Amino acid sequence: MPENYRVAIIGSGPAGLSAAAHASALGLTHVLIEKTDHLSDTIFKYQKGKHVMATPSNLVLRSDLDFDAGKRETILGAWDEQIAAGKVNVRLNAEVTGITGETGNFIIAIKGGEPIHAQAVIMAIGTQGNPNKLRCPGADLPLIQYQLDDPGEYYDEHITVVGSGDAGIENALGLAADPKQNNIVSILNRGTDFARAKSANVKLLEEAEKAGRVIVRRETEPAEVRPGELVLDTRDGQEAIRCDRIIARTGSQPPRGFVESCGIEFTGEDRGAFPRLSPSFETTKQGIHVIGALAGYPLIKHCMNQGYDVIEFLNGNLDLKPADEPILAEKFDALPGVRTVDQWLETFRANIVILQELSPLQMRELMLDSTVAGYDAGEIIFERNDPGSSMFGIAEGSVLVQVNPDDPSVTVPIEQGSIFGEVGLISGRRRGSTIRAAEPTVVMELSRNAALKLIATTPSAARAVNAISIERQLLQMFGSGLTKEDVAEVVAASELVDIRAGQVVIEEGAEDKDVYVIRRGSMIVEKTIGGSPVFLSYLPAGSYFGEMAVIDGSSRTATVKAAIKSQVVRFPGEAFVALLDRKPALRQKALAEMASRREINSFIESRKDSFGSAVDMYSETARFLIDNGIGEATDVLLIDEKLCVGCDNCEKACADSHDGLSRLDREAGRTYAHLHVPTSCRHCEHPHCMADCPPNAIKRGPDGEVFIDETCIGCGNCQRNCPYGVIRMDAKPPPKPSLLSWLMFGAGPGPGEASYSWRKKAAEKSGQQSAKLAIKCDMCSGIEGGPACVRACPTGAAIRVSPEKFLTFTKLAEDVD
Amino acid sequence: MASVPGQEMNSREQRQASDHEGFLAHRNMRWLKIAVTLCLIAITSYLWIDVTPRHNGGSWYGYTLGTIGLLLIVWLSLLGIRKRTMSPGRWSLKAWTSAHVYLGLALVVIATLHTGFQLGWNVHTLAYALMMLVILSGAYGITVYAALPAALSNNAQQMTRKEMVEALAAIDRQLETAAQPLGREESDLVIAALEQDTFAWGIGARLTGRYRKCATIRALSYFASDWSRPVGSEEPKDKVRALLGRRKSQLDQIRRHMKIKALLEVWLYVHVPATFALLAALTAHVISVFYYW
Repeated sequence: MPENYRVAIIGSGPAGLSAAAHASALGLTHVLIEKTDHLSDTIFKYQKGKHVMATPSNLVLRSDLDFDAGKRETILGAWDEQIAAGKVNVRLNAEVTGITGETGNFIIAIKGGEPIHAQAVIMAIGTQGNPNKLRCPGADLPLIQYQLDDPGEYYDEHITVVGSGDAGIENALGLAADPKQNNIVSILNRGTDFARAKSANVKLLEEAEKAGRVIVRRETEPAEVRPGELVLDTRDGQEAIRCDRIIARTGSQPPRGFVESCGIEFTGEDRGAFPRLSPSFETTKQGIHVIGALAGYPLIKHCMNQGYDVIEFLNGNLDLKPADEPILAEKFDALPGVRTVDQWLETFRANIVILQELSPLQMRELMLDSTVAGYDAGEIIFERNDPGSSMFGIAEGSVLVQVNPDDPSVTVPIEQGSIFGEVGLISGRRRGSTIRAAEPTVVMELSRNAALKLIATTPSAARAVNAISIERQLLQMFGSGLTKEDVAEVVAASELVDIRAGQVVIEEGAEDKDVYVIRRGSMIVEKTIGGSPVFLSYLPAGSYFGEMAVIDGSSRTATVKAAIKSQVVRFPGEAFVALLDRKPALRQKALAEMASRREINSFIESRKDSFGSAVDMYSETARFLIDNGIGEATDVLLIDEKLCVGCDNCEKACADSHDGLSRLDREAGRTYAHLHVPTSCRHCEHPHCMADCPPNAIKRGPDGEVFIDETCIGCGNCQRNCPYGVIRMDAKPPPKPSLLSWLMFGAGPGPGEASYSWRKKAAEKSGQQSAKLAIKCDMCSGIEGGPACVRACPTGAAIRVSPEKFLTFTKLAEDVD
Repeated sequence: MASVPGQEMNSREQRQASDHEGFLAHRNMRWLKIAVTLCLIAITSYLWIDVTPRHNGGSWYGYTLGTIGLLLIVWLSLLGIRKRTMSPGRWSLKAWTSAHVYLGLALVVIATLHTGFQLGWNVHTLAYALMMLVILSGAYGITVYAALPAALSNNAQQMTRKEMVEALAAIDRQLETAAQPLGREESDLVIAALEQDTFAWGIGARLTGRYRKCATIRALSYFASDWSRPVGSEEPKDKVRALLGRRKSQLDQIRRHMKIKALLEVWLYVHVPATFALLAALTAHVISVFYYW
């Protein structure tokens, strides 16, 4: 009978290592199982010499292992030493293929080895997942590899790369780069084009193909792998080619499938969901625990603390106070009255409706990403048109919403336990109304990420937020004088619909009679005039459309389609008509808006007859801007190339305003009709860069700017997630000599961004080489006078615009000719 | 069709909003109006005020105009500093350029009236001549700034300078491979084209866009004389001809870009040094005037 360990820890990242070290220190029988031949593979794979950050700095580290910010090598070296010194039982090269059994006796199947038995399991496998295997006979032959560390290693081989993404193309190019290596490199692509790869990579590949350095096989898939040979399924039938090595780069499988196969439930269906966990990290499968990135805690310090805590819990110490206690105590200090951390957490949890299902552990986690504040009666919590994407919950007291911007006395109350600010969270737009405390009030402000995570992981919270936000949005849109009861019928009949970018919601000439509200994203309205579609208008989130056909009983007068991925609220036209019948004031308002819309439409139509080409140009320009991300932008830099002399003073000004590094590339980017969209941040409504930032360092600032704060750890996720390529990773250079000494004595590199070599030399000379961090436009927030790029343009070519103001006929017709 | 949420600007949006107006039209031609007013006042007062025996730089009126002109010149020359000093504050370089252009042109009137049309072979007239040189070069600058940016954009075809050079390098790599089967004499032509430095040409070629002794053109004219095979044939000579054609058009794009950039910048090589010379001559002018008072 093999040994039945007290605990088996799968994965040797920071979380797993810390758990194993603590288990060893407590004298628990344990085993640490690692797939690769070294510990902590994710950090191991960081590039050589990478500076690893230790955020959040105010969180104390609770682990038997040491960890502080420093070089990758130092950190890994220290861990290797401490793991060896702590007599941790490590099993390398062991890939877990499944977990069966019950608490007290789990059987962990190991690929190509004896299974391991353990009473409890801790899963700390991170989110990297396993590479996708080839799906054809012979897929486990040794000539297939899933990674290519050094393309220079291979000589005189026939190598086939499978996979049409960037990784595959880069590997193929690397292998074929040096003709002296004499490799015959082929790359297979199931489709005809390389749509998933960066266009620069595709260009290089096509060039290599033309030069005969790489064989590109399109519409081809591997059919069977044999030793020394690869059989291909091509468009014209099967074909066998010589093949000594296969590099498979067909993406990786997220670990979710494996985790679910062990009997563990997740909180929801979407990609952002996490395993459902108890306060002691136990999953729905009793005896199996999940910690670390897989549990939703991507930072090294969190992971290590959890490794320690989960072992304490397993060892029976259920009173353990989490390491974040002092952070929370500090947060609650600002609140009125004297209560303990636990009392405050319970107050918030019990009083705020959407938090009631949370465990104390989840409450702590949520609270770390949130702020709390107390307000006196009449104090303003936020003002109309403030940017803000956070959501508030009222723990004690109540607030008043100022529904009429012109008359502060017209208010609607929101009672204790409810939420507000959710419209900003969902639409990414500015606050719709001013909110004041009605009485002494305690609120909790959930940061955008914390709120989104809550909605993604707690279905009851998602339902509550959706219902409230639809109702509020309708009330806000249709204006004052309406009550909850008035819109109840419409809310009840409404449903949320997700719309793909480019998907048509309303088709011109159709007879359907639904009314829509844009909840997030944006739409464009087009009408076919003289056989070609003409751009009529741009609708940001918070607009409604489709009511004309309902009120008139006519067919649809124009096509409405999504500019970007959007979400709309759809409700039946009858409910809307019934509401109009009950509320004559609302009907008046709707009719007035319809009239003004018709006026603009007919104006454009009349222009089409007399100035057809101008209208076409305007339509094309609007479409070009939408294609280039203006549809999801809030504030974007455009260059009028009829004025731009190419002096690059905008870039120089940018560099000189921000640590000597430019955050914009004027030349790069698309151009249409002399309107150029440079590579520069668009400050999206729902920033892609924010999606996956481990330390939550990307935030939206008081002027609506999306910025990266000092907690950036330099992981590069945001750079990869940005579809517009506006984020760069670079080290802050030392300061330059002053402008005067450059002018007088030629000291230093002069205005603008210094060359890479100057920066490198200067950093070496000053002896302070800083880590490469993410750098992006922050709209010069905090700098008097506003964006430097615009101020420094000598000819007025650089302008900053917001889409709803720029994408209008009058503006475009006057600006584009 | 639809209703859009409120669009009134708040203070923050106003801070960010930038008007879409070129430097010449800045603020409804504010600086043109100011400059014209200044000129009109100067001309009227010149005709109005009776200076005996005649208008000259040394009268109280001449000193007034001279002081205005001096202050203007010093201020105008500060644009170079302003452009390179990225200090915070509510300034806009476009407004500075606009004022620079119109007030600079106004100097023609003010300084000429200051001379009282008394010119001679002396340091005073030297300063005047240098000033006119600066203004004339500036006038050329205004013309190219107004006319050429669109051409620069049209020529770029959404390519950056780096991309243009990379595209040329890509063609060159293919050309090198394709030329392997050629004979000695023919491949020498291709090698000459490949080895010729794209950028090591004189200012004349750059400004005119005429590149005599261009090896690519020479090679192309040699291969282009032979059309005996059908278009697109796999014959090495035809492949080389096609690639040389592509090299030529890529080169043309780069050369047009350099030409327009050169035309946009060349005047600064007169404007800026002449300004320094003007400031020196102006100093000599002022000192000598006061020395001989």
